[in-house]
Amino acid sequence: MVSLIRCQPGRISSLHSQDKMALQLRRKTHESVLYIDTDSAPRIIPSGEDFILEDLPVGTRVIYPKPPIKGLPNREAAIRYALNHPHETEPLYAQLYPGMRVTIALDDISLPLPPMATPDIRQSVLEVLLDLMSANGVDDVHLIIANSLHRKMTEWEMKRMVGSRIFNEFYPDRYYNHDAEWDDGLVKLGETRHKEPLRVNRRAAESDLLIYVNINLVPMDGGHKSVAVGLCDYESLRAHHEPQTIRDSDSYMDPARSELNHKIERLGKLVDEHMNVFHIETAINNRMYKGEMDFLIKNEDDFSAFDRMKFEAMRLAMSKIPRAARRKILHSVPAQYEMIACHAGKTEPVHAKIVEKCFDQYAIPIKGQCDILITGIPDISPYNVYSVLNPLLVQVMALGYHFNFYRNKPLLKKGGVLILQHPCYDEFDHNFHPSYIEFFNRLLPETRDAVVLRDKYEREFATNPSYVEMYRRGNAYHGAHPFFMWYWGENGRQHVGKVIAAGAENAHVPAMLGWDRADNLTEAIAMARSYMGRSAEITMLHQPMIGIADME
Amino acid sequence: MEESLAAAAFYDLEGTLVSTNLVHTLGFYARNQQGLLRSIKKSAATVLSLPLFAVTDQYSRKVFNDLFFQRYKGETEDRLRYFSEELFEDVLKPAVYPGALELIDKSRRLGLRQVVVTGALDISVTPLMRYLGIEDYVANHLEFVNGEATGRLLPPMIAAATKASWMRSFAERECLSLSDSYAYSDSMSDLPMLSVVGHPAAVNPDMRLRQTALHHDWPILNLK
Repeated sequence: MVSLIRCQPGRISSLHSQDKMALQLRRKTHESVLYIDTDSAPRIIPSGEDFILEDLPVGTRVIYPKPPIKGLPNREAAIRYALNHPHETEPLYAQLYPGMRVTIALDDISLPLPPMATPDIRQSVLEVLLDLMSANGVDDVHLIIANSLHRKMTEWEMKRMVGSRIFNEFYPDRYYNHDAEWDDGLVKLGETRHKEPLRVNRRAAESDLLIYVNINLVPMDGGHKSVAVGLCDYESLRAHHEPQTIRDSDSYMDPARSELNHKIERLGKLVDEHMNVFHIETAINNRMYKGEMDFLIKNEDDFSAFDRMKFEAMRLAMSKIPRAARRKILHSVPAQYEMIACHAGKTEPVHAKIVEKCFDQYAIPIKGQCDILITGIPDISPYNVYSVLNPLLVQVMALGYHFNFYRNKPLLKKGGVLILQHPCYDEFDHNFHPSYIEFFNRLLPETRDAVVLRDKYEREFATNPSYVEMYRRGNAYHGAHPFFMWYWGENGRQHVGKVIAAGAENAHVPAMLGWDRADNLTEAIAMARSYMGRSAEITMLHQPMIGIADME
Repeated sequence: MEESLAAAAFYDLEGTLVSTNLVHTLGFYARNQQGLLRSIKKSAATVLSLPLFAVTDQYSRKVFNDLFFQRYKGETEDRLRYFSEELFEDVLKPAVYPGALELIDKSRRLGLRQVVVTGALDISVTPLMRYLGIEDYVANHLEFVNGEATGRLLPPMIAAATKASWMRSFAERECLSLSDSYAYSDSMSDLPMLSVVGHPAAVNPDMRLRQTALHHDWPILNLK
């Protein structure tokens, strides 16, 4: 059995001093980057609801998240300051007058991940905003969750997000989810010069003022995406959520080189022409866990005896309970994010400030691409909150999110091997992901070509009356959503030479997704080396992490 | 290039598009007999039969129908027709699920033929079909002799497997593709109907149909 306590001083001392120096130097490229040595501890790798320990080959580069930036000491004061000192517009209080119609749109449950400890930042912003509304005689206020084609949030989730007081006052008549399939509730704003249509929430569009409250977890979030995507309909979304746009985004985590972002900016200008938007954006640090779980984001070489004990205790306890219970437990642990910046005002200057802060937190300078990229897939994604990480979501996390966490050029060389660690179980949530099931079982056996899938089937799924009803009346993702998830992995799919699913408990899920499978990570690395050569450079993203590889 | 066939959306009615079932209709007619005494007697008989209906429905839809429609024996056709509008206004119209109209509207906009396949009586559902804007429907027909119901149904009895065979014939006659068609039902007895189309869905399903739908990965809708 692999143990965390690994030290072989004899072997280290037998190394030539020159080799030792080389290793030492390699370790010091950045505080978040280290190289596996002969005396390194095994690494903790998430694999769905489990955490496994694996010895990595000597020389493997491991990338950790950056240390969290200290949170702002007084969240409410920072919010008030932002509202009173907005960018390129009047302070919010100066824009309010009695009798006006105000809509406040909020990011949905896909942000942040996992859901943060209460009070949620949105609650804090809303409390300040609603006091301000009340003081200025503004009564006609609606709160709309900008869920776009995501599933609608449940009553319990909505209450948790804004707190009981606001919930009791506004729900359900004045606090509700956006409905992208309610024709009467949508209004067309027009088209961009590239003929991209935009139809958005009518209440938001016809308000005297739309205030958007955002939480920015990654650089892809926020900005014009908030309104132009969060409050739009299917036809508007399909103009940019399509394979070629994703292929042309290098990466979609880098706004400057993201075709997706360029298209959304065009739509944003359309929004600004027709709507009065006051944008409030917040940036958070990356303190996903603290206390009992903080060892998950620490360097294993620096583990204390207590850290090892906590990990072993967790592993033992989790091994005794079924997967569904493990999932439930993990989903009940809230993230401990802290707000590190808040800006308000016009969308573009606000977003620029927040993205800058995001990169301060997430950008890790990395020199040199790798041949083999290893990433564990934890049970965390924007689309499986309180649900199952089904095979399509494993795909989007690996080839979409984890692959795209780079700036300038991919961390993995063109044609390299991506190894993901996940059981790849064939499990779907029937309430949240009904159309995913049909997509996976009916369409993927026919083709994995994103363009063919879009042309042949996307509209059929989008208009399937069953899926429309489940989206509108239930808590299902829109019928077209599994297609977007497939496109989301498109530039990863075009770039990698091979994907290996390590630890996959079956053969058919990896096969359906076009991947090889391996029983464990060691076998996967051997397979990858046989493909890329014995001298292949290996890099591992230490999950769970949010970090952008800032490639030199 | 081969031209693709049109398709349809087939709906079960009671429990699927409306919250009422056959017993509500029977109860309505029982309450509206000639004379108070007769109404009380018929209503009491209907209530007392409920456990029997429940048991036979679990056992076999055919046996249930044989027993159930016996309760109409002696009813006159003109009386049933006369009260059908009232039945619609008082019982059926308020029982239409909020999501049903929307589901039909979405389906219609896709160019799907709208077809109701129900085990209810044709006399009682005609006004409802008009309200839903559905021209194609098949329902059961009571046998009348000299204007009075015999308590038997005219063949083919629309229930369970016969719904599926009727759908097949209808699709063939109308050149519809069943693979591209949709079917919606709330009851396990309609499993054949759901199984013959390419896009089946369970609507407000009972426990057994819910389990089956989960097993087959069919969408489960709640139109309530």
